[in-house]
Amino acid sequence: MSVVEFRNVSKHFGDLKVLDEVDLEIQRQEVVVLVGPSGSGKSTLLRCINGLEEITGGDLIVNGISVRGGHARLREIRQQAGMVFQQFNLFPQFTALENVAFGPRQVLGMSRAESNARAIELLEKVGLADKANNAPSALSGGQQQRVAIARALAIRPKVMLFDEPTSALDPELKQEVLNVMRQLAEEGMTMIVVTHEMSFARSVGTRLIFMEHGKIAVDGDPREVINSPPNDRMKDFLRHVQ
Amino acid sequence: MDVQWSIIIDFIPQLLAGAQITLYITVLGLIGGIIVGTIAGLMRAYGGLFLNAIAFTYIEIIRGTPIIVQVMFIYFALPVLADLRIPGMTAAILAIVINAGAYIAEIVRGSVLSIGRGLSEAGLALGLPRWKVITHIVGPLAFRRLIPPLGNQCIVSLKDTSLFIVIGVGELTRTGQEIMAANFRAVEIWTAVAILYLIMTGTLSLILRMIEKRMRIL
Repeated sequence: MSVVEFRNVSKHFGDLKVLDEVDLEIQRQEVVVLVGPSGSGKSTLLRCINGLEEITGGDLIVNGISVRGGHARLREIRQQAGMVFQQFNLFPQFTALENVAFGPRQVLGMSRAESNARAIELLEKVGLADKANNAPSALSGGQQQRVAIARALAIRPKVMLFDEPTSALDPELKQEVLNVMRQLAEEGMTMIVVTHEMSFARSVGTRLIFMEHGKIAVDGDPREVINSPPNDRMKDFLRHVQ
Repeated sequence: MDVQWSIIIDFIPQLLAGAQITLYITVLGLIGGIIVGTIAGLMRAYGGLFLNAIAFTYIEIIRGTPIIVQVMFIYFALPVLADLRIPGMTAAILAIVINAGAYIAEIVRGSVLSIGRGLSEAGLALGLPRWKVITHIVGPLAFRRLIPPLGNQCIVSLKDTSLFIVIGVGELTRTGQEIMAANFRAVEIWTAVAILYLIMTGTLSLILRMIEKRMRIL
């Protein structure tokens, strides 16, 4: 069974068609890199998966559950799909530890001790156990994003969604985040990543999707399609991001 | 000019009794106002078309009319319309509740909307129900931003109780007026009344500043 399945999915914002009858199946352990010019619909595609954007046509199945099944089902989907945002979106009133422990406690119903233990374990994984008691404002952008990854992992998702996770970071801070993502991929996590990091796509991605005008224009092996882009628009796009 | 500050001493108990009533109306009125305002503000921020329209209409009617007209309406017009007599004290408290409620609703709405959408999305993406996102994430953050404007409204409402002189509630201003009518000591009495208001609003400011400090406003 595929982890994520788009069936003829469309998304309109008023008259604007952002996703145009998209069909897409993503299997376990795939690392799908989504690229495309701005406005091509890649972020929207990602945000439809956990229902942050409501689809307006077709159907979208995540781990056997339709996003159109109502609030309760949508919450189940969200517990199986961890999300990492461009702007980190850590809860500023909590410490790093509390940010990570929040999901397990509030969503999975773990006890304080259990959720804190889980949070420490995950902060260790992203190399930030020593910052457990820091407020997000006392962390660098790269550190904040790693905490955000730990927070998303804390609810034991089946698939991780990354929405331009390094776009808000200085070049020297991008690498620490990309390293954590690479490690996740190596552990077999299914990942869907919107990014402009072509080196990441090439070395970690198992599949590359190029989007244009709300449609999937190219879908193939990252190394192959980056080395020899199958159409001029993608060639053009790659020239700009590389 | 004959000013005798010492005469104030004789009237201190009477003025303090007035101040007590002022505080009573203010505290009860503000508790109600905060409840009404929070509900109306959340209706504005999160409600659908219908709830939003109700809250919007309430806020616009109250903000668009003077509080003195509102209390007169409650005290004199409502009995005619609905055939129920409302004691002056109740009318005074009710007037603060609905008046402060309208302004607090806008304060609540503003604070809630000032919390970035990204934080709500981060909460929702974890699988939290919407109400938990409001109570655990947006609420506590919005509350910190709400304190300064809410403090303003508390002080305004406390002073607004002086207008209830028109329905004969024996609060501080009314008490001063009554004393003055008997002895014509305008300078002494109105000075004493003003100082009592300053003490009350000053204490309120101090409490608010303490809360603000403890909460380290974000």
